[in-house]
Amino acid sequence: MARFEMKASSRELELICSGLWDVHHLSGLQERLAEAVYSARRKQVVFDLENIVRFDTAAGLMLWRLRRQLKSRGIAMQIRNAAEDTGRILEMTRTHGHPDAVYSVKNYGPLESLGRFSVSVVHDFIGILGFIGHTFAILAAIVIGLRPMRMKEFLYQINESAIKALWIIALTMFLVGVVVAYQSAVQLRTYGANIFIVDMLGISILRELSPMLTAIIVAGRSGSAFAAQIGVMKLTEEIDAMRTMGFDLYAFLVVPRLLALIVMMPILIFFADMFGLLGGMVVAHTELDITPMMFMERFEQAVKLKHFWVGLIKGPFFAVLIASIGIYRGLAVKNDTESIGINTTRSVVEAIFIVIICDALFSIVFTRLGF
Amino acid sequence: MAKRIIEVKDVVTRFGDRTVHDHISLHVDAGEIYGFLGPSGCGKSTLMREIILLEPLQEGMIRIFGEDICGLDHDEAQALRRRWGVLFQSNALFTSLSVAENVSVMLKEYTTLSARLIDEIVALKLDIVGLKQGDGLLYPSQISGGMKKKAALARALALDPELLFLDEPTSGLDPISAREFDALILKLRDMLQLSIVMVTHDLASIEGTLDRMAIIDERRIAAEGTLEEVREVDSPFIRTFFGGELT
Ligand SMILES: Nc1ncnc2c1ncn2[C@@H]1O[C@H](COP(=O)(O)OP(=O)(O)OP(=O)(O)O)[C@@H](O)[C@H]1O
Ligand SMILES: [Mg+2]
Repeated sequence: MARFEMKASSRELELICSGLWDVHHLSGLQERLAEAVYSARRKQVVFDLENIVRFDTAAGLMLWRLRRQLKSRGIAMQIRNAAEDTGRILEMTRTHGHPDAVYSVKNYGPLESLGRFSVSVVHDFIGILGFIGHTFAILAAIVIGLRPMRMKEFLYQINESAIKALWIIALTMFLVGVVVAYQSAVQLRTYGANIFIVDMLGISILRELSPMLTAIIVAGRSGSAFAAQIGVMKLTEEIDAMRTMGFDLYAFLVVPRLLALIVMMPILIFFADMFGLLGGMVVAHTELDITPMMFMERFEQAVKLKHFWVGLIKGPFFAVLIASIGIYRGLAVKNDTESIGINTTRSVVEAIFIVIICDALFSIVFTRLGF
Repeated sequence: MAKRIIEVKDVVTRFGDRTVHDHISLHVDAGEIYGFLGPSGCGKSTLMREIILLEPLQEGMIRIFGEDICGLDHDEAQALRRRWGVLFQSNALFTSLSVAENVSVMLKEYTTLSARLIDEIVALKLDIVGLKQGDGLLYPSQISGGMKKKAALARALALDPELLFLDEPTSGLDPISAREFDALILKLRDMLQLSIVMVTHDLASIEGTLDRMAIIDERRIAAEGTLEEVREVDSPFIRTFFGGELT
């Protein structure tokens, strides 16, 4: 421990210091010393450092701070009997010290934080719009043959983002079909309206559930993967290396990912439709005694083809949103590890949020158009 | 006799069926700058990692500050770790913290000093490694390689350790920065009465800074001692390494 004893004479106060005066034992020492000095009411304080066992730079800085503090109250401070090591540390902390150093992080008030947040939201929105615009310009150039298509990257992304997602989409949609059918079965049975489960399932799954859930799964799987992968590439200067080799970022990283999702999203939705309906069919059979034959027959009569198309057409739109946000977030990674985590999280949250908004817009538009 | 700050005795290290260290013994005295030298892959980093408790010791004995590192419990190991600072080869600065925060992170974690005093300690550490006060506000991505080394050194010095470990401190620096760094290390040793253990390949730094060194070659200590003593030893590595100057 860092200890001190007081010895007051008529003119001065003497503090005999002993023990370990190092960074681990200094806590509150400055305050205790200052208090001792103030209560003794002497104009002169002498620190005797002879019995100190260990004295490090933190203790040195603390003593100089105390000295300034006492001086402002008109109390003079002297140091006596410092051992060679202690004297060296005192000298060093005096010459190399910076009493006015402030590194504490600024904390913004609630209003300023809100303002900063709002500005960043607008900034991000404009950034993503600009990014999507640029991407489509490149896409157009590829379509009319001005730029080559990176086939290998494209096929790789189809496998990574879509084919490998089939399993989880199938399982999820099957379970959703089961749950929705099961919940409705109870209600429909009380009205004796068993057969209408087909209408209900058909329309809700084809139109809303499967595009939506597929988009959410793809955002969680691929959107985050895009953000994390491109973010790490930025951190390790791989992106810079590609630039210096004259490789176009958009052609190599952006377009293959975007195109893969645009092409594959409708296929994934179709796949989701089938498994969702399968789950519903199983429950209809076990709970409501509607055989698969009856289910099919009713399906053909009651569920118009337009519902299927409405669901499918949403796919490419969702794909553009998910891929652009994922890639944009990846490119927004700065040079530190924390921003990878932040941007990956944001890519998923923002993609799902935007997909839901887009879906709501589709609902309104399609209803107005009479689909 | 000077106090022995590190003692390594009969250390054997094996990875799978490959032996990296075969009964290695050496000691580091208080206040000296000691070097681990040897060809690439001879196990310098591994030995250092064993000493600083990052790698479990397989066989043999290591004493540091007089304490046997085998059979330390968690608290004892933690207390021991605070008595040395480590400068990693890749700096290992926390990229999401500013330079000043990197230096203050241990002070905030292990002490209850006032924020103002911590700021002053940080400023002092930045000053003695030769960084400007304004540099403390920058992030690791915003500073040069040489500055990163200095920042990492300032962080290693945060708690005023008695012992400093440096893994290839001058690699990746240009010759002028490397010599400056050597001078800095010598200055800090005198200023803070440090003992320093470093792994190095840099001939100029070996000549300029090391008091004593151990050469690890062929799984054993090929030579230990001052530069003059080591040069006298006849071994293939020493001949090629000190090449032209061996006459
Ligand atoms: N965890 C491990 N598992 C297996 N082998 C290892 C492990 N760590 C180190 N080695 C091996 O031990 C040997 C010594 O490695 P070490 O990193 O200590 O070498 P070094 O002397 O520091 O070389 P360099 O100068 O290139 O850094 C190497 O052959 C390495 O392959
Ligand atoms: Mg190494």
